[in-house]
Amino acid sequence: MRSGHPRRRRTAARPLSLILALVLLGSLYAALVPSGQVAADSGTSAQVAEGKALFQVTCSSCHGLNGEGTSQGPSLVGVGAASVDFQMSTGRMPMARPGEQAPRKVNTYTAEEIGKISAYVASLGPGPAIPHSSQYDYSKLSDEEIARGGELFRTNCSACHQAGANGGALPNGKFAPPLHGVEPLHIYEAVRTGPQQMPVFAAGAIPDEDIAAIIGYLKGLEQEPSAGFTLGGLGPVTEGLFGWIIGIGGLCLFAVWITSRGARAK
Amino acid sequence: MARPAAISPEAPLLDTQSPAEEGAVTTVGGPLGWLDERLGVAKIGKAALRKVFPDHWSFLLGEIALYSFIVLLLTGIFLTIWFKPSMAEIEYDGSYQLLRGLQMSQAFESTLHLSFDVRGGLLVRQIHHWAAILFMAAMTVHMLRIFFTGAYRKPRELNWLIGVVLLSLSMIAGMTGYSLPDDLLSGTGLRFTEGAILSVPVVGTWVQFFVFAGEYPGDAIIARFYMAHILLIPAILLALIGAHMALLVYHKHTQFPGPGRTEKNVVGYPMFPVYMAKAGGFFFIVFGVLILMGATMSINQVWLYGPYNPAQVTAGSQPDWYMGWVEGAVRIMPGLESHWGPTTWSWNIFLPFAVLMGIFYTSLALWPFVESWITGDKREHHLLDRPRNAPTRTGLGVAGMTFYGLLWAGGGNDIIATHFHLSLNAVTWFLRFAVFLGPIVAFIITKRICLSLQRADRERVLHGSESGTIVQSPDGGFSEPHAPLSHDEAYTLTQHTHHTPLEETADVDEHGVRIKNPDAVSGFRARLSHWYSGDDIAIPTKAEIADAAHHGASDENSLEGSSEDPAQLHS
Repeated sequence: MRSGHPRRRRTAARPLSLILALVLLGSLYAALVPSGQVAADSGTSAQVAEGKALFQVTCSSCHGLNGEGTSQGPSLVGVGAASVDFQMSTGRMPMARPGEQAPRKVNTYTAEEIGKISAYVASLGPGPAIPHSSQYDYSKLSDEEIARGGELFRTNCSACHQAGANGGALPNGKFAPPLHGVEPLHIYEAVRTGPQQMPVFAAGAIPDEDIAAIIGYLKGLEQEPSAGFTLGGLGPVTEGLFGWIIGIGGLCLFAVWITSRGARAK
Repeated sequence: MARPAAISPEAPLLDTQSPAEEGAVTTVGGPLGWLDERLGVAKIGKAALRKVFPDHWSFLLGEIALYSFIVLLLTGIFLTIWFKPSMAEIEYDGSYQLLRGLQMSQAFESTLHLSFDVRGGLLVRQIHHWAAILFMAAMTVHMLRIFFTGAYRKPRELNWLIGVVLLSLSMIAGMTGYSLPDDLLSGTGLRFTEGAILSVPVVGTWVQFFVFAGEYPGDAIIARFYMAHILLIPAILLALIGAHMALLVYHKHTQFPGPGRTEKNVVGYPMFPVYMAKAGGFFFIVFGVLILMGATMSINQVWLYGPYNPAQVTAGSQPDWYMGWVEGAVRIMPGLESHWGPTTWSWNIFLPFAVLMGIFYTSLALWPFVESWITGDKREHHLLDRPRNAPTRTGLGVAGMTFYGLLWAGGGNDIIATHFHLSLNAVTWFLRFAVFLGPIVAFIITKRICLSLQRADRERVLHGSESGTIVQSPDGGFSEPHAPLSHDEAYTLTQHTHHTPLEETADVDEHGVRIKNPDAVSGFRARLSHWYSGDDIAIPTKAEIADAAHHGASDENSLEGSSEDPAQLHS
């Protein structure tokens, strides 16, 4: 590029800087408009109406035109806005194809669209609302509180999600997904709404501050360095696999090498 | 096609060459001379230094196990300096943030301290664990090598038995070590062990109370396992390894067949300087590989599992690999339970745990004797079998490996389900059938492959090596001339023993009186013997080879309408 044409670069600079400015503006907008704010307006009827229209396009083939449920999908009356926000923001809904469990995938909906659908579903019947960020804020927790979050995680969550939060198997092709890189908001919503195979943990069982401690522990785990390659963090199965392949496999190659060398050059 | 079969290369030294020059021994001077005058070390040393070992890569598998054991001892000593085998509850105040302030046993606390606050502690812990994994794996492949080459045959049955005891004891050593850190995973493993003990009918409950000094988990088990792990079992292992190697030296090492190798000699390199350098070098390679593994691959990150609490469990709770097949058997076993009177019979645990392991180790221990009973072979064997020359044994071995491997997969059924996007139930149901059908299929296929290889060997000896040149005769026929085999290769392909199946002997004489015959063969044994070696392909005889050579010279093998006698080859 250094040896390119300076004139040409100058002509391209204008449209490029325009695009850059637009991207910057857009990003700024996206950063400044929190998704919670969209949910906060959920009472407005215009939003519900728009949400209903969106719902009928994207969700109704399985959940019914009024969210009453069909043989393909459950009723959404009373699941609450938090449920919709979790399922759509993590890309689980709409499902790509019917299956035992909706996997996490890239979400193609904007926060605004999800907010509208959430508002509509919330209007069908009372359910858990999208939480305020103060409900799961873990930034002010002490080390001891976060360690307690670890105890809570191992007591309530690790039986399915695994102690290192790497996920685990459930019957008939269902699974508990890994929890690394999941937004704190979505962890909170999942605990309260019990998506897919997960049980619902109500505030009486796990209060908000306990969820914050669990989230704090999970985020702490993500920061911890591992002692070498993690081998998937799956425990003895992968350790055994690597022990055999690298240990026995590698040493067999060495053994072949050693015994192929005679004492005298022939 | 024309690649010759591997022939064991000639090595310069025979064990039988031992110059008996008495005078040479007394010339040692210096400290060695001082020792020799008092202990006679020169004579022993000379014999030891001139001891010949044959060269084959698979003979080093046992050495991997030996060297891993040495690494286990060395790293284990380091770990005992810091580890505290106590179940007393204390509050964690170390440098790992995510556990700070939690109540935990001193055993777990000292493991964390060792991992995070002792210089090199985590590295040594990881090397120790990898060495344990490698130790068991090397013992297993070593045992497979012994099995498939028939190295356990007379006079080495005792050494095989010692090996079986070593294998099972090492498993207990590994299991006790796995339980020591007292993290959630090791505690779950301990709970599994407790359940397995409880499942033993009638005495199980009593034994459980005895082992745990009361109710599970109690406060004694870590200290008891510690004693077993660092003192009792290693001491027995050391003694048995000593006996294992003494017998190896006494019996002399087996060797693969080849020209110049007989039942009475050992062809290979002497201990000094060749084997000492090779074996010594291999020790450092094993040690180096283990250090690399410990330094680069994390193993058993106990801090992720947290302190053990019987109310908690983690998904993916598995034992280390050597208990994985038992874990798999328990996982795929249907839940059967009987209640007879006041007793509970937990077949779902008892059968896949105690009964399965009992059958497995007993059959391993008995196999050399069973085989020699079936074949009626009571001779000494110092030349190894090529696996193809014992098709039924090889088939049984592969069937056993298949059985073990399928159970092994069962032990990781959840990991298989999540990582290959399968249904956990489907994996389990598949394994429930495959565990029984798989070994049968593996046996049939393996035996057929062995017999085909035997046929190919026979054909090669009789007709030589295919030259790849197609020749057209004046009357239009196509043929491929065969190159005759080298003498050495022909010897290697024909030296093995062909077992003639035992025939049933009459148990009454012509007057109907019972004969007292110590060598009597029952009908059952004769049928077993036929099943065992009845299908083996006959080794070409001298006459057949001469005949084939003559035949080949006068009339080259025609491609259309082969002239060889099909009944001879495919009987």
